[in-house]
Amino acid sequence: MSALLERLAEARKEGNVARLAEAIPYARWMQIAPENGTGELLTRMRFHPELIGNTFLPAIHGGTLGAMLEMAAIFHLLWETETETVPKIVNITVDYLRSARPVDVIACAKVTKQGRRMVNVFAEAWQEDRSRPVATANAHFLVKSDADAPPSL
Amino acid sequence: MEKDARIALFQQWFSDNIPHNKALGLKVIGASRGFASMQLEWREELVGNPETGVLAGGPLTAMLDGCCGMSVATMLKAPEPFATLDLRIDYVRPAEPGKPVIAEAECYRITRSVAFTRAFAHHGDAKDPIAAAAGTFMLGTKGKATRPALVDKP
Repeated sequence: MSALLERLAEARKEGNVARLAEAIPYARWMQIAPENGTGELLTRMRFHPELIGNTFLPAIHGGTLGAMLEMAAIFHLLWETETETVPKIVNITVDYLRSARPVDVIACAKVTKQGRRMVNVFAEAWQEDRSRPVATANAHFLVKSDADAPPSL
Repeated sequence: MEKDARIALFQQWFSDNIPHNKALGLKVIGASRGFASMQLEWREELVGNPETGVLAGGPLTAMLDGCCGMSVATMLKAPEPFATLDLRIDYVRPAEPGKPVIAEAECYRITRSVAFTRAFAHHGDAKDPIAAAAGTFMLGTKGKATRPALVDKP
């Protein structure tokens, strides 16, 4: 069993989803972590100056928004579905709706279609006002172990 | 403009002056009209799965976004602000642990409002990609142009 799935089992036992991020070096570096304090699973990317992509506006780098939407989808699949493997991303399409200001970004995800091997996930990111999303994404993940599958995480 | 001077200029504008690209350590290795190329060194904090050492998708997404954006800047006659409208990434195979990743982007069409780009990420052999990207960019967005236009013709 992978370290991430072991961490998932521990996190479930404790009811503390934030522990999932501890097993992923990139999530720690980016300060991206899931939280479920409100009863809804959300993923937060804490603002820090290294997220900036445009120093004049200033605005958060679009690539980091894509990255956090992808992490939000993965955390959702791990926590909310009965997955036995770490989901492997196949592709993601990110739509940029507004420039993201230098504050925290929050995202939620939902499964649009759950297949036997493939899952389609929609994710949405916002800042202070949930009704004004900064970016949305659709992504496909393989959720059945397959030696020839694309990268995990 | 000489090739090295052009690369140095784009390195400054697309990596050194963009905090996230700088944090990733993106290195500009190619810049010509319609084309941009960057390199990302593997390092532990960019890893998605510590057991395999495979990079997370995020660093590739940020690199491909930056590289596609730079390919747009090489097409501009005068500096103009622009922003990513959408970006699609296909992760076709895992990046190999420890190896640098190279991204090559092409801006193949530019109109008054929109620029269209494609990119591949690979380990040195473009015929064996790790990821493929398609990005579109909105031109003339608000803010100040943060990027230089490439004045030279090919």
